[in-house]
Amino acid sequence: MATQQTRTLGKLAVSPSVLMLLMWMLVPLSMTIYFSFLRYNLLDPNPICSLLTPGALLDAENRCLAGFSNYSYFLTDPAFFKAMGNSLKLVGWVLAISVASGTLLALLLDQAFYGRGFVRIMMIAPFLVMPTVSALVWQNMLMDPVSGFFAFISKSFGLQPIDWFTYHPLASVIIMVAWQWVPFATLILLTSLQSLDEEQKEAAEMDGTPPLSYFWYIVLPHLIRPMTVVILIETIFLLNVFAEIYVTGTAGPAGNLPFLVYQYGLIANDIGGASAGGIIAVILANIVAFFLMRMIGKNLEA
Amino acid sequence: MGTISLKNARKAFGDVVIIPGASLDIRNGEFVVFVGPSGCGKSTLLRMIAGLEDLTSGAILIDGKDMTEAAPSKRGLSMVFQSYALYPHMSVRGNISFGLKMAGMPKAEIEAKVAKAAATLNLTEYLDRKPRQLSGGQRQRVAIGRAIVRNPEGFLFDEPLSNLDAALRVNMRLEIMQMHKDLGATMIYVTHDQVEAMTMADRIVVLNRGNIEQVGSPLELYNRPDSLFVAGFIGSPKMNLISGKPAEKFDAHTIGIRPEHLGISLKDGTWSAKISLAEHLGADTFLHVDAGPCGMMTVRAAGEYDAAPGAKIFLTPEPDRIHRFDKDGRAIRK
Amino acid sequence: MARNASIRRKLVVTAFAWTVGLVIFFPILWTVLTSFKTEGDAINIASFFSTGWTTEAYSVVQSRSNYVQFAMNSVILALGSTFFALVIAIPSAWAMAFAPGKRTKDLLMWMLSTKMMPPVGALIPIYLIFRDFGLLDTRGGIITVLMLLNLPIIIWMLYTYFKEIPGEILEASRMDGASLGKELLYVLTPMAIPGIASTLLLNIILAWNEAFWTLALTTKDAAPLTQFIASYSSPEGLFWAKLSAASTMAIAPILVLGWFAQKQLVRGLTFGAVK
Ligand SMILES: Nc1ncnc2c1ncn2[C@@H]1O[C@H](COP(=O)(O)OP(=O)(O)OP(=O)(O)O)[C@@H](O)[C@H]1O
Ligand SMILES: [Mg+2]
Repeated sequence: MATQQTRTLGKLAVSPSVLMLLMWMLVPLSMTIYFSFLRYNLLDPNPICSLLTPGALLDAENRCLAGFSNYSYFLTDPAFFKAMGNSLKLVGWVLAISVASGTLLALLLDQAFYGRGFVRIMMIAPFLVMPTVSALVWQNMLMDPVSGFFAFISKSFGLQPIDWFTYHPLASVIIMVAWQWVPFATLILLTSLQSLDEEQKEAAEMDGTPPLSYFWYIVLPHLIRPMTVVILIETIFLLNVFAEIYVTGTAGPAGNLPFLVYQYGLIANDIGGASAGGIIAVILANIVAFFLMRMIGKNLEA
Repeated sequence: MGTISLKNARKAFGDVVIIPGASLDIRNGEFVVFVGPSGCGKSTLLRMIAGLEDLTSGAILIDGKDMTEAAPSKRGLSMVFQSYALYPHMSVRGNISFGLKMAGMPKAEIEAKVAKAAATLNLTEYLDRKPRQLSGGQRQRVAIGRAIVRNPEGFLFDEPLSNLDAALRVNMRLEIMQMHKDLGATMIYVTHDQVEAMTMADRIVVLNRGNIEQVGSPLELYNRPDSLFVAGFIGSPKMNLISGKPAEKFDAHTIGIRPEHLGISLKDGTWSAKISLAEHLGADTFLHVDAGPCGMMTVRAAGEYDAAPGAKIFLTPEPDRIHRFDKDGRAIRK
Repeated sequence: MARNASIRRKLVVTAFAWTVGLVIFFPILWTVLTSFKTEGDAINIASFFSTGWTTEAYSVVQSRSNYVQFAMNSVILALGSTFFALVIAIPSAWAMAFAPGKRTKDLLMWMLSTKMMPPVGALIPIYLIFRDFGLLDTRGGIITVLMLLNLPIIIWMLYTYFKEIPGEILEASRMDGASLGKELLYVLTPMAIPGIASTLLLNIILAWNEAFWTLALTTKDAAPLTQFIASYSSPEGLFWAKLSAASTMAIAPILVLGWFAQKQLVRGLTFGAVK
């Protein structure tokens, strides 16, 4: 393709971004790994642990090496199980809701009707809403048990309003996060649906294929790939949901893994413990990323 | 001034050798055409000369100076690409003047040069249009204009006419030849159209799988092909190639005889043949015949030859027009 | 007959689709409506449509001395991080598209993988580094983080757009004597304007809405609207109209950009896996 000269220039041209990303990736990650093996609390940066535990190993800044104790502490903290459970429930439910309704909505938007462009932007809009905004709008104006819109609806049907955030905090978070991610699934699946060959559609119509079998044998197989992409990408983002929990103050009952790490680190100042938690989160995300990268990589060959 | 020499220039992409080693001396002001089948490495060789592709080994001398490592713009060459490669976001004026601007030429001088080039190429009224508002032929002219204004020692053309329709192609061919005469610059022209090669070239370079098969004037190649490959490639319709028993009579592995060098008779001749198809072109008639042990052959008959399929005729080759080749495909000369 | 049936079908689908669309859009619509109420009317849904409309909430939010600063910060962070990311990404994407080496594909994949890293894995060190270098709550610091965060997506998107540009045009500019800088500035960039604009759009949306690092690393001086809105989570008294007004202002620009960026969202967020 190109000459040696251009390739050399090319290497120069990519190096800034490579170096910056390398630093962005390696420096914090290696620090996190290192911290995760330290007994390190911000409020007490140089604990005299060597006096308390004679023979303890120290690093250059007199911090005690902790071995795997941060990990065992973090992994046996009941809060960890709770957070882990919340993380999984959040991811699982939002995925299920968004893929199922995303498919239905995409099929709907693929029909011919008046004002399709406008309806589409209405359906995509939630994805563009700032997470902090969506959290507060849902928590207050929609889900408030006294004057919220849902309460108003319940009352007009003569029902007892639900106190969402008090009694169903996790479900509340799931609903508002799903509201944001259903549009993403819809958009991707719709794009993919529209790439389904027009001729294929017409051929099926000519053959008189009944709609259900058309969906089952032609549309669904076509959607499997984008669905996988949706699942993988949403998983990456959903594992990292933070703002919604931070803003609605549901940390206790609905807090997930990222939030627990935040609590350990920036609230309890236990850097060692938070780092161990961070590494655990990294390992989890990498498992998902592994599958995602393989899919994208395959696509790159084509 | 404008000489270009390849000294054993070699190109490999990884393990795949594209040009095993090409040596060639191009004189100043010469019009050289590279021909060869698709994928034989014509473009690659041209791009090596342009500096868009570097050499795996060997050297390129321009004007006697070693330019093997020089940047494309330092070689004093202009290139016209097959796709024209015009800058789509610039006007015709912008396209033509870009190289001059890069060279830091003063504005007034640029204007004068652009105006002059546009005038010679009939582009004056289109100077403010964008490439997409031009016809194929006009785009082609812009690409040539862009090459001319830089006043290069040599021009490189990579199949510049292949995107044009037949009539326009003939026109542009004449214009390029006229331009060559006017400018007197060295030109290297890549094509796989052998009519273009025969009509335009001072010398033709025939490439086969990256090897230079033969270099010579069009008539030299036509009359004295060095190899079976060149014999088969130059001339239209193709030379008839015959091997086996009939060839042995001429002390050759294979003999070749052009369709226009076969005499036709209804009574007697060297070979007998049965007409299977006749193509009437008006001025000529091409007969496709089954000549038994000689296989299928093409024969040119002048004018409108009345031939019924299945009819039997006799063919006699002009004796001094028979080309003989050994079993490696090399020409046997006395 | 068949024609009438198909029109009837279309009308039914239209009614259904609009209903579904409005339900999904409702929280946003409600927010916008509430922002034009007085605080007292905002909590009284029963008489929501019989009471008057006012822009009072907007004036209150505007006059809170610091709203403008938050909004300014959002703009500066989104534009700044996008600008610097583009400056770094354009040469990189150029190299990967037009002068690829054996490792280019691996490099692209690796860049993507950095995007997969959960932010909590880097939170503690970044927080400490920022603290030690005095970068906490500074625009420069956040711009750097946001830029790095979205750099892989930007490079990836630009790469897919650049791949669609014929390399011969760039080679022509090289024959014309353009240096790399001039080739990028005068030939590639203007030719790729649509692709670059799409990339820019997507990145502004992502940066504007980013709410992990902006919440963790800013407090006041460099805090963008994410943080401003978050401050309503510990309210006093009635605040729904004000919250709605602030929210409307925070999301309106992005909704408009999103209108233009639908295709780019798909391409960018799926890394070209769905086009
Ligand atoms: N960057 C590359 N990497 C590997 N192989 C290449 C590369 N560029 C060209 N080739 C190979 O080199 C050979 C010669 O290509 P080239 O483009 O020079 O042919 P050509 O004679 O110009 O053909 P055409 O008449 O079709 O234009 C081809 O087999 C092609 O596949
Ligand atoms: Mg070629």
